Amino acid sequence: MSGNNIIGEAAIRAGCRFYAGYPITPQNELTEYMAEHMRNAEGGVFIQSESEIAAINMIAGASATGVRVMTSSSSPGIDLKQEGISSMAACELPGIIVNIMRGGPGLGNIRPSQGDYFQATRGGGHGDYRTIVLAPATGQELADLTMDAFDLADKYRTPVMILADGMMGQMMEPVIFKKAKPRHYPEKFMLRGAGEGKSKFIRGLLLDPIDSEEHNWKLFRKYEAIIEKETLFEEHLTQDAEMVIVAYGTAARIARGAIKRLREQGMKVGLFRPRTLWPFPELKLRALSSTTKTFLVFEMSTGQMLEDVRLALQGYADIKFHGRPGGAVPTPAELANVVAKIYHKKD
Amino acid sequence: MSKIVFQHPRSLKHAIFHYCPGCGHSIAHRIICEIIDEMGIRGKTIGVPPAGCAVLAYNYFDVDMIEAPHGRGPAMATGIKRALPDRMVFSYQGDGDLAAIGMAESFHAANRGENITVIFINNAVYGMTGGQMAPTTMLNQKTTTSPAGRKQALDGYPVKVCEIFSQIGGVTYLERCSVSSPAGVNKTKKAIRKAFQCQMDGLGFSMIEILSMCPTNWKMSSINSCKWIDEVMVKEFPPGVYKDNIAAMKSTMEDRP
Repeated sequence: MSGNNIIGEAAIRAGCRFYAGYPITPQNELTEYMAEHMRNAEGGVFIQSESEIAAINMIAGASATGVRVMTSSSSPGIDLKQEGISSMAACELPGIIVNIMRGGPGLGNIRPSQGDYFQATRGGGHGDYRTIVLAPATGQELADLTMDAFDLADKYRTPVMILADGMMGQMMEPVIFKKAKPRHYPEKFMLRGAGEGKSKFIRGLLLDPIDSEEHNWKLFRKYEAIIEKETLFEEHLTQDAEMVIVAYGTAARIARGAIKRLREQGMKVGLFRPRTLWPFPELKLRALSSTTKTFLVFEMSTGQMLEDVRLALQGYADIKFHGRPGGAVPTPAELANVVAKIYHKKD
Repeated sequence: MSKIVFQHPRSLKHAIFHYCPGCGHSIAHRIICEIIDEMGIRGKTIGVPPAGCAVLAYNYFDVDMIEAPHGRGPAMATGIKRALPDRMVFSYQGDGDLAAIGMAESFHAANRGENITVIFINNAVYGMTGGQMAPTTMLNQKTTTSPAGRKQALDGYPVKVCEIFSQIGGVTYLERCSVSSPAGVNKTKKAIRKAFQCQMDGLGFSMIEILSMCPTNWKMSSINSCKWIDEVMVKEFPPGVYKDNIAAMKSTMEDRP
């Protein structure tokens, strides 16, 4: 299946019953998949919205009723969703936002890119909040992490972003869908009409600064728990590595190809791949610096995750960078050359 | 035997309105709550207040509510209604919310014929932010951002929401009223009730525009504010039923197998 379709199928299997989206390349297959397959899902709702802004607010409304919800877009469209993401974080509404990144800034182009790392991991919208950001790198992981995203969103009542790119969205890979976990979402958080009981309201507006401050600290404590419990990463051939490439998503796939070549030439190079970009696996990466002293951050950007790597490794190890922004996708051979030069200089 | 002819609506919380004296919001709130009581729908009603003075509506309405970002009420109401089709869902929006920043959401919710009700408060001004020019500000009306009065050449024309929305296929019921007189309040109540019934019957999108006083930002007394609606505003925004497709929609429903 194509990456975009995998996300759609995984979402429906995870119990997503409300999807709203607006066309934008390179994620259209996902919107189309939801249009076709929500029809067969019991209680499933698909809406082609008039804008990304409307889409995020539609899923916010549906999420408030207790339904599992998702929207998707690509970079310029994700800009428009930031208002709603901030609002969902404030109102503690679970929901999944898929960003199939393309080249930017501005309209950029429709080629794969990783230029939205800052936007995804730094909140993007206004205010003191974080968004859980999952970064799959294979078709299988697109399926697994999409399903996990719904559980995470429910558990922490917060929006979760799946950050992939045009390459991930368009590529075809075999996939086995795991069984979805049963959902336990407390009814007290659902807005379904008061019945005979007390009415509820959901809001992000807290005019009293002391109330607002407490709300912010409450969110902060939640984010601390997420950092502690939900940080994900993968290490590949790092045990004996003299040099480690730090990359996520498509860049990590390219890095694997490069590492294969480099290993064949006798160079001990490994890969550290964050699977959650927020929370960033800072401590795990730092731990690696006890055995490896040279790290190369490789991104399809001018260097965004680089800043998180610096926070983790500055003073612990030597940090290099290689990036191709704006929709350019380097080959494993190109990356291998870059790595080899640094590797030999190091000696 | 004594008969109760007037009492505090059950669906209206016992809270003191934060609205300015003479403001139309509190009247609109009250009549919506009266209708909710009369229709016995408190337990199944979900309201979506806007950004603006009515952002605190959840302090007054004793029904489930969720606040929408500025202008996004109809999108959020769409999400709620599609997820829970048997609930009564209304958004409550001001003129800036509906006809400026949220025009796209309002227009398209209407065009999809979402089975929701929009309560549209038109007071020709941005109230909460301190009286700036709204899309419905009258020509030559002075506001803090049109200090010399709204000029067509610079600011365009007052947006006539009912006139525009009456052309949208998905709209079933559309009426403009005012709460500037007892007769207007009664009419407004009837209109909202009709709109709610339209939704209950599954007949599609309904919107009630309410010409509403904002004495503070108009810099008028409460009485003069009512007069200004009755004598000036109604010329630009004539009250009346702008679309009533209820009978046609009903017969379409009956034709369905």
